[in-house]
Amino acid sequence: MTLSALVNLSLGAILIENFVLVRFLGVCPFLGVSKKQDTALGMSLAVIFVMTMASAAAWAVEEFLLEPFEIGRLRTLAFVLIIAALVQLVELFMQKAAPALHKSLGIYLPLITTNCAVLGVALINSNSGTGFIESVLFAFMSGVGFMVALMLFSSIRARLEFSEHPEAFEGFPIALVTAGLLALAFMGFSTVEI
Amino acid sequence: MTQTGKQFKNGIIDQNPVLVLLLGMCPALATSSSMTDAAGMGFTTTAVLLCSGFTISALRKLIPEKIRIAAFTLIIAGFVTAADFLLQAYAPATADSLGIFIPLIVVNCLVFARAEVFAFRNGVVRSSLDGLAMGMGFLAALLAIAAIREMLSAGTLFDFRVLPESFPAVTIMAQPAGGFFAVGLVVAAMQLLKRKGKAGVSV
Repeated sequence: MTLSALVNLSLGAILIENFVLVRFLGVCPFLGVSKKQDTALGMSLAVIFVMTMASAAAWAVEEFLLEPFEIGRLRTLAFVLIIAALVQLVELFMQKAAPALHKSLGIYLPLITTNCAVLGVALINSNSGTGFIESVLFAFMSGVGFMVALMLFSSIRARLEFSEHPEAFEGFPIALVTAGLLALAFMGFSTVEI
Repeated sequence: MTQTGKQFKNGIIDQNPVLVLLLGMCPALATSSSMTDAAGMGFTTTAVLLCSGFTISALRKLIPEKIRIAAFTLIIAGFVTAADFLLQAYAPATADSLGIFIPLIVVNCLVFARAEVFAFRNGVVRSSLDGLAMGMGFLAALLAIAAIREMLSAGTLFDFRVLPESFPAVTIMAQPAGGFFAVGLVVAAMQLLKRKGKAGVSV
Protein backbone atom coordinates (compact mmCIF):
# COMPACT_ATOMS: atom_id res chain seq x y z
CA MET A 1 0.00 0.00 0.00
CA THR A 2 1.43 3.36 -1.02
CA LEU A 3 1.61 6.35 1.24
CA SER A 4 -0.92 8.34 -0.76
CA ALA A 5 -3.44 5.51 -0.60
CA LEU A 6 -2.94 5.40 3.15
CA VAL A 7 -3.55 9.14 3.45
CA ASN A 8 -6.67 8.86 1.27
CA LEU A 9 -8.06 6.04 3.35
CA SER A 10 -7.37 7.83 6.64
CA LEU A 11 -8.80 11.19 5.61
CA GLY A 12 -11.79 9.46 4.08
CA ALA A 13 -12.59 7.48 7.20
CA ILE A 14 -11.92 10.27 9.71
CA LEU A 15 -13.29 13.38 8.02
CA ILE A 16 -15.19 12.80 4.79
CA GLU A 17 -17.16 9.70 5.74
CA ASN A 18 -17.06 10.17 9.50
CA PHE A 19 -18.66 7.13 11.09
CA VAL A 20 -20.87 9.01 13.52
CA LEU A 21 -21.68 12.26 11.80
CA VAL A 22 -22.00 11.11 8.19
CA ARG A 23 -22.70 7.39 8.26
CA PHE A 24 -24.79 7.40 11.47
CA LEU A 25 -23.06 4.42 13.02
CA GLY A 26 -22.38 4.40 16.75
CA VAL A 27 -24.78 7.21 17.57
CA CYS A 28 -25.96 5.58 20.83
CA PRO A 29 -22.59 5.75 22.63
CA PHE A 30 -21.97 9.10 20.92
CA LEU A 31 -25.02 10.53 22.71
CA GLY A 32 -24.73 8.33 25.79
CA VAL A 33 -21.18 8.83 27.04
CA SER A 34 -20.42 12.33 25.79
CA LYS A 35 -21.34 14.09 29.02
CA LYS A 36 -17.86 13.84 30.52
CA GLN A 37 -14.63 14.17 28.61
CA ASP A 38 -12.65 11.51 30.44
CA THR A 39 -15.30 8.82 29.97
CA ALA A 40 -15.58 9.88 26.33
CA LEU A 41 -11.86 9.30 25.92
CA GLY A 42 -12.03 5.89 27.60
CA MET A 43 -14.95 4.82 25.45
CA SER A 44 -13.24 5.98 22.25
CA LEU A 45 -10.06 4.06 23.05
CA ALA A 46 -12.03 0.90 23.81
CA VAL A 47 -14.02 1.28 20.58
CA ILE A 48 -10.90 1.80 18.45
CA PHE A 49 -9.35 -1.30 19.96
CA VAL A 50 -12.40 -3.54 19.55
CA MET A 51 -13.17 -2.26 16.04
CA THR A 52 -9.66 -3.03 14.83
CA MET A 53 -9.56 -6.48 16.41
CA ALA A 54 -13.10 -7.34 15.31
CA SER A 55 -12.52 -6.43 11.69
CA ALA A 56 -9.34 -8.53 11.63
CA ALA A 57 -11.19 -11.51 13.14
CA ALA A 58 -14.21 -11.00 10.87
CA TRP A 59 -12.00 -10.91 7.80
CA ALA A 60 -10.28 -14.15 8.81
CA VAL A 61 -13.55 -15.93 9.58
CA GLU A 62 -15.09 -14.86 6.31
CA GLU A 63 -12.02 -15.82 4.25
CA PHE A 64 -11.25 -19.16 5.87
CA LEU A 65 -14.61 -20.34 7.19
CA LEU A 66 -17.64 -18.76 5.55
CA GLU A 67 -16.40 -18.72 1.96
CA PRO A 68 -14.77 -22.18 1.69
CA PHE A 69 -17.89 -23.80 3.18
CA GLU A 70 -20.27 -21.52 1.22
CA ILE A 71 -22.20 -20.41 4.27
CA GLY A 72 -22.02 -16.68 3.53
CA ARG A 73 -25.66 -16.36 4.58
CA LEU A 74 -24.58 -16.86 8.19
CA ARG A 75 -22.40 -13.76 7.95
CA THR A 76 -24.43 -11.52 10.27
CA LEU A 77 -24.71 -14.26 12.87
CA ALA A 78 -21.01 -15.11 12.70
CA PHE A 79 -19.94 -11.47 13.01
CA VAL A 80 -22.16 -10.81 16.02
CA LEU A 81 -20.77 -13.87 17.78
CA ILE A 82 -17.17 -12.86 16.96
CA ILE A 83 -17.73 -9.39 18.39
CA ALA A 84 -19.42 -10.69 21.55
CA ALA A 85 -16.67 -13.24 22.14
CA LEU A 86 -13.94 -10.72 21.41
CA VAL A 87 -15.33 -8.18 23.85
CA GLN A 88 -15.42 -10.88 26.55
CA LEU A 89 -11.83 -11.89 25.77
CA VAL A 90 -10.61 -8.32 25.79
CA GLU A 91 -12.30 -7.79 29.12
CA LEU A 92 -10.74 -10.89 30.70
CA PHE A 93 -7.33 -10.04 29.28
CA MET A 94 -7.45 -6.45 30.49
CA GLN A 95 -8.54 -7.51 33.95
CA LYS A 96 -5.30 -9.50 34.27
CA ALA A 97 -2.86 -7.45 32.21
CA ALA A 98 -3.96 -3.87 32.69
CA PRO A 99 -6.25 -3.61 35.72
CA ALA A 100 -5.98 0.18 35.84
CA LEU A 101 -7.17 0.57 32.25
CA HIS A 102 -9.88 -2.03 32.82
CA LYS A 103 -11.16 -0.14 35.82
CA SER A 104 -11.28 3.16 33.99
CA LEU A 105 -13.20 1.65 31.06
CA GLY A 106 -15.60 -0.04 33.46
CA ILE A 107 -19.03 -0.69 32.00
CA TYR A 108 -18.14 0.68 28.57
CA LEU A 109 -16.41 -2.52 27.52
CA PRO A 110 -19.46 -4.84 27.56
CA LEU A 111 -21.55 -2.07 25.99
CA ILE A 112 -19.39 -2.15 22.88
CA THR A 113 -21.03 -5.43 21.84
CA THR A 114 -24.17 -3.53 20.90
CA ASN A 115 -22.33 -0.62 19.30
CA CYS A 116 -23.43 -0.71 15.69
CA ALA A 117 -20.17 0.89 14.57
CA VAL A 118 -18.29 -2.34 15.31
CA LEU A 119 -20.62 -4.62 13.38
CA GLY A 120 -21.00 -1.88 10.78
CA VAL A 121 -17.30 -1.72 9.99
CA ALA A 122 -17.13 -5.52 9.60
CA LEU A 123 -20.13 -5.48 7.25
CA ILE A 124 -18.80 -2.57 5.19
CA ASN A 125 -15.45 -4.35 4.80
CA SER A 126 -17.16 -7.57 3.83
CA ASN A 127 -19.43 -5.78 1.31
CA SER A 128 -16.55 -4.00 -0.37
CA GLY A 129 -14.36 -7.13 -0.34
CA THR A 130 -11.15 -5.39 0.68
CA GLY A 131 -7.95 -7.21 1.62
CA PHE A 132 -6.73 -7.86 5.15
CA ILE A 133 -4.44 -4.87 5.64
CA GLU A 134 -6.89 -2.43 4.10
CA SER A 135 -9.78 -3.78 6.18
CA VAL A 136 -7.90 -3.47 9.44
CA LEU A 137 -6.60 0.00 8.59
CA PHE A 138 -10.08 1.16 7.59
CA ALA A 139 -11.47 -0.14 10.89
CA PHE A 140 -8.72 1.58 12.88
CA MET A 141 -9.18 4.90 11.07
CA SER A 142 -12.96 4.72 11.42
CA GLY A 143 -12.43 4.23 15.14
CA VAL A 144 -10.23 7.33 15.17
CA GLY A 145 -13.06 9.14 13.37
CA PHE A 146 -15.42 8.04 16.12
CA MET A 147 -12.98 9.39 18.69
CA VAL A 148 -12.63 12.75 16.93
CA ALA A 149 -16.42 13.19 16.78
CA LEU A 150 -16.93 12.05 20.36
CA MET A 151 -14.18 14.28 21.80
CA LEU A 152 -15.39 17.35 19.88
CA PHE A 153 -18.97 16.70 20.94
CA SER A 154 -18.18 16.09 24.61
CA SER A 155 -16.24 19.32 24.89
CA ILE A 156 -19.17 21.23 23.38
CA ARG A 157 -21.60 19.44 25.69
CA ALA A 158 -19.61 20.42 28.75
CA ARG A 159 -20.46 24.03 27.90
CA LEU A 160 -24.09 23.29 27.13
CA GLU A 161 -24.63 22.42 30.79
CA PHE A 162 -24.34 26.07 31.73
CA SER A 163 -26.13 27.60 28.78
CA GLU A 164 -29.76 28.61 28.70
CA HIS A 165 -32.13 26.98 26.25
CA PRO A 166 -35.90 26.49 25.88
CA GLU A 167 -37.39 24.18 28.49
CA ALA A 168 -38.62 21.62 25.96
CA PHE A 169 -35.08 21.22 24.62
CA GLU A 170 -33.66 20.28 28.03
CA GLY A 171 -31.39 17.23 27.89
CA PHE A 172 -31.32 15.17 24.72
CA PRO A 173 -33.02 17.47 22.18
CA ILE A 174 -30.46 20.24 22.59
CA ALA A 175 -27.68 17.64 22.38
CA LEU A 176 -29.17 16.36 19.11
CA VAL A 177 -29.40 19.84 17.64
CA THR A 178 -25.78 20.45 18.67
CA ALA A 179 -24.76 17.19 17.01
CA GLY A 180 -26.57 18.45 13.91
CA LEU A 181 -24.44 21.59 13.89
CA LEU A 182 -21.32 19.44 14.23
CA ALA A 183 -22.52 17.27 11.33
CA LEU A 184 -23.05 20.46 9.35
CA ALA A 185 -19.40 21.36 9.91
CA PHE A 186 -18.32 17.90 8.75
CA MET A 187 -20.41 18.31 5.58
CA GLY A 188 -17.81 20.84 4.51
CA PHE A 189 -15.33 17.98 4.11
CA SER A 190 -17.60 16.11 1.70
CA THR A 191 -16.49 18.34 -1.16
CA VAL A 192 -12.81 17.70 -0.49
CA GLU A 193 -11.30 15.74 -3.35
CA ILE A 194 -8.52 13.35 -2.58
CA MET B 1 -58.80 0.64 28.84
CA THR B 2 -58.09 -3.01 28.18
CA GLN B 3 -54.65 -4.41 28.79
CA THR B 4 -53.94 -4.76 25.06
CA GLY B 5 -54.91 -1.15 24.49
CA LYS B 6 -52.65 -0.10 27.33
CA GLN B 7 -49.75 -2.05 25.85
CA PHE B 8 -50.14 -0.29 22.52
CA LYS B 9 -50.49 3.16 24.09
CA ASN B 10 -47.39 2.39 26.12
CA GLY B 11 -45.38 1.35 23.04
CA ILE B 12 -46.48 4.16 20.78
CA ILE B 13 -46.72 7.12 23.17
CA ASP B 14 -45.73 6.74 26.84
CA GLN B 15 -42.61 4.66 26.22
CA ASN B 16 -41.97 5.32 22.57
CA PRO B 17 -38.66 3.54 21.92
CA VAL B 18 -37.06 6.32 19.89
CA LEU B 19 -38.64 9.49 21.22
CA VAL B 20 -38.85 8.68 24.94
CA LEU B 21 -36.48 5.79 25.67
CA LEU B 22 -33.97 7.00 23.04
CA LEU B 23 -33.18 3.48 21.84
CA GLY B 24 -32.29 2.67 18.27
CA MET B 25 -31.01 6.13 17.42
CA CYS B 26 -28.77 5.00 14.54
CA PRO B 27 -31.54 3.63 12.29
CA ALA B 28 -33.83 6.50 13.35
CA LEU B 29 -31.28 8.95 11.96
CA ALA B 30 -29.98 6.98 9.01
CA THR B 31 -33.17 5.66 7.45
CA SER B 32 -35.44 8.65 7.93
CA SER B 33 -34.52 10.80 4.95
CA SER B 34 -37.58 9.55 3.03
CA MET B 35 -40.95 8.11 4.04
CA THR B 36 -40.39 5.00 1.90
CA ASP B 37 -37.13 4.14 3.68
CA ALA B 38 -38.65 4.87 7.08
CA ALA B 39 -41.64 2.61 6.39
CA GLY B 40 -39.37 -0.18 5.15
CA MET B 41 -37.14 0.03 8.22
CA GLY B 42 -40.09 0.36 10.60
CA PHE B 43 -41.94 -2.66 9.26
CA THR B 44 -38.81 -4.83 9.12
CA THR B 45 -37.92 -3.98 12.72
CA THR B 46 -41.52 -4.63 13.79
CA ALA B 47 -41.43 -8.06 12.16
CA VAL B 48 -38.16 -8.91 13.92
CA LEU B 49 -39.50 -7.65 17.28
CA LEU B 50 -42.69 -9.67 16.90
CA CYS B 51 -40.93 -12.90 15.90
CA SER B 52 -38.16 -12.62 18.49
CA GLY B 53 -40.66 -11.68 21.22
CA PHE B 54 -42.74 -14.75 20.41
CA THR B 55 -39.76 -17.14 20.19
CA ILE B 56 -37.91 -15.91 23.26
CA SER B 57 -41.06 -15.98 25.33
CA ALA B 58 -41.91 -19.50 24.14
CA LEU B 59 -38.39 -20.72 24.99
CA ARG B 60 -37.97 -18.73 28.21
CA LYS B 61 -38.23 -21.80 30.47
CA LEU B 62 -35.62 -23.68 28.42
CA ILE B 63 -33.01 -20.91 28.24
CA PRO B 64 -30.68 -20.93 31.25
CA GLU B 65 -30.45 -17.55 32.97
CA LYS B 66 -26.66 -17.36 32.59
CA ILE B 67 -26.45 -17.69 28.83
CA ARG B 68 -29.63 -15.79 28.01
CA ILE B 69 -27.82 -12.90 26.30
CA ALA B 70 -26.05 -15.30 23.92
CA ALA B 71 -29.34 -17.10 23.28
CA PHE B 72 -31.13 -13.81 22.54
CA THR B 73 -28.35 -12.88 20.13
CA LEU B 74 -28.71 -16.14 18.22
CA ILE B 75 -32.50 -15.95 17.99
CA ILE B 76 -32.53 -12.29 16.95
CA ALA B 77 -29.70 -12.76 14.44
CA GLY B 78 -31.62 -15.66 12.88
CA PHE B 79 -34.73 -13.55 12.30
CA VAL B 80 -32.70 -10.59 11.04
CA THR B 81 -30.90 -12.79 8.51
CA ALA B 82 -34.25 -14.15 7.34
CA ALA B 83 -35.65 -10.62 7.04
CA ASP B 84 -32.57 -9.53 5.10
CA PHE B 85 -32.94 -12.30 2.52
CA LEU B 86 -36.73 -11.89 2.24
CA LEU B 87 -36.29 -8.19 1.52
CA GLN B 88 -33.57 -8.86 -1.04
CA ALA B 89 -35.86 -11.32 -2.80
CA TYR B 90 -39.20 -9.49 -2.68
CA ALA B 91 -38.30 -5.82 -2.23
CA PRO B 92 -34.82 -5.38 -3.73
CA ALA B 93 -35.19 -1.59 -4.03
CA THR B 94 -35.91 -1.22 -0.29
CA ALA B 95 -33.11 -3.64 0.59
CA ASP B 96 -30.73 -1.57 -1.54
CA SER B 97 -31.56 1.78 -0.01
CA LEU B 98 -31.51 0.47 3.57
CA GLY B 99 -28.17 -1.26 2.95
CA ILE B 100 -26.26 -2.41 6.02
CA PHE B 101 -28.93 -1.05 8.34
CA ILE B 102 -30.96 -4.23 7.83
CA PRO B 103 -28.27 -6.57 9.23
CA LEU B 104 -27.58 -3.92 11.87
CA ILE B 105 -31.04 -4.55 13.40
CA VAL B 106 -29.18 -7.33 15.27
CA VAL B 107 -27.47 -4.76 17.46
CA ASN B 108 -30.46 -2.45 17.79
CA CYS B 109 -30.70 -1.94 21.55
CA LEU B 110 -34.49 -1.84 21.26
CA VAL B 111 -34.78 -5.49 20.22
CA PHE B 112 -32.43 -6.58 23.02
CA ALA B 113 -34.11 -4.41 25.61
CA ARG B 114 -37.56 -5.88 24.89
CA ALA B 115 -36.18 -9.43 24.96
CA GLU B 116 -34.51 -8.87 28.32
CA VAL B 117 -37.17 -6.72 29.99
CA PHE B 118 -40.37 -8.21 28.60
CA ALA B 119 -40.26 -11.38 26.51
CA PHE B 120 -38.05 -13.30 28.95
CA ARG B 121 -40.50 -12.69 31.80
CA ASN B 122 -43.95 -12.80 30.20
CA GLY B 123 -46.28 -15.16 28.34
CA VAL B 124 -46.25 -15.81 24.62
CA VAL B 125 -49.34 -13.75 23.68
CA ARG B 126 -48.37 -10.72 25.74
CA SER B 127 -44.77 -10.82 24.51
CA SER B 128 -45.84 -10.97 20.88
CA LEU B 129 -48.20 -8.05 21.46
CA ASP B 130 -45.41 -6.17 23.19
CA GLY B 131 -43.15 -6.72 20.18
CA LEU B 132 -45.88 -5.49 17.88
CA ALA B 133 -46.64 -2.43 20.04
CA MET B 134 -42.98 -1.43 20.40
CA GLY B 135 -42.45 -1.97 16.67
CA MET B 136 -45.43 0.27 15.92
CA GLY B 137 -43.95 2.92 18.21
CA PHE B 138 -40.63 2.66 16.38
CA LEU B 139 -42.43 2.90 13.02
CA ALA B 140 -44.49 5.89 14.15
CA ALA B 141 -41.38 7.73 15.34
CA LEU B 142 -39.51 7.00 12.10
CA LEU B 143 -42.47 8.20 10.02
CA ALA B 144 -42.80 11.40 12.06
CA ILE B 145 -39.10 12.18 11.59
CA ALA B 146 -39.18 11.22 7.91
CA ALA B 147 -42.28 13.34 7.29
CA ILE B 148 -40.44 16.45 8.47
CA ARG B 149 -37.31 15.61 6.51
CA GLU B 150 -38.93 14.60 3.22
CA MET B 151 -41.46 17.43 3.25
CA LEU B 152 -38.84 20.11 3.84
CA SER B 153 -36.15 18.70 1.56
CA ALA B 154 -38.26 17.64 -1.42
CA GLY B 155 -41.80 18.87 -0.74
CA THR B 156 -43.13 15.33 -1.06
CA LEU B 157 -44.49 12.50 1.12
CA PHE B 158 -44.00 8.96 -0.19
CA ASP B 159 -42.93 10.71 -3.43
CA PHE B 160 -46.35 12.43 -3.76
CA ARG B 161 -46.06 16.20 -3.98
CA VAL B 162 -47.69 17.91 -0.98
CA LEU B 163 -46.03 21.31 -0.99
CA PRO B 164 -46.20 23.60 -4.05
CA GLU B 165 -43.17 23.62 -6.38
CA SER B 166 -42.53 27.24 -5.43
CA PHE B 167 -41.80 26.21 -1.83
CA PRO B 168 -38.03 26.49 -1.37
CA ALA B 169 -36.42 23.08 -0.84
CA VAL B 170 -34.37 22.88 2.34
CA THR B 171 -31.95 20.28 0.99
CA ILE B 172 -30.02 20.21 4.25
CA MET B 173 -32.85 18.21 5.81
CA ALA B 174 -32.05 15.25 3.57
CA GLN B 175 -28.39 15.39 4.70
CA PRO B 176 -26.99 13.84 7.91
CA ALA B 177 -27.11 17.20 9.71
CA GLY B 178 -30.83 17.50 8.97
CA GLY B 179 -31.36 14.09 10.51
CA PHE B 180 -30.02 15.29 13.86
CA PHE B 181 -32.10 18.47 13.67
CA ALA B 182 -35.32 16.62 12.85
CA VAL B 183 -34.88 14.05 15.63
CA GLY B 184 -34.02 16.83 18.08
CA LEU B 185 -37.18 18.74 17.16
CA VAL B 186 -39.46 15.70 17.44
CA VAL B 187 -38.00 14.69 20.82
CA ALA B 188 -38.39 18.29 22.03
CA ALA B 189 -42.04 18.30 20.87
CA MET B 190 -42.58 15.06 22.78
CA GLN B 191 -41.11 16.56 25.97
CA LEU B 192 -43.28 19.64 25.54
CA LEU B 193 -46.42 17.53 25.20
CA LYS B 194 -45.50 15.54 28.30
CA ARG B 195 -44.97 18.70 30.31
CA LYS B 196 -48.30 20.13 29.14
CA GLY B 197 -50.03 16.88 30.04
CA LYS B 198 -48.61 16.98 33.54
CA ALA B 199 -49.48 20.64 34.09
CA GLY B 200 -53.06 20.33 32.87
CA VAL B 201 -55.68 17.75 33.71
CA SER B 202 -54.09 14.48 34.76
CA VAL B 203 -54.04 12.08 31.84
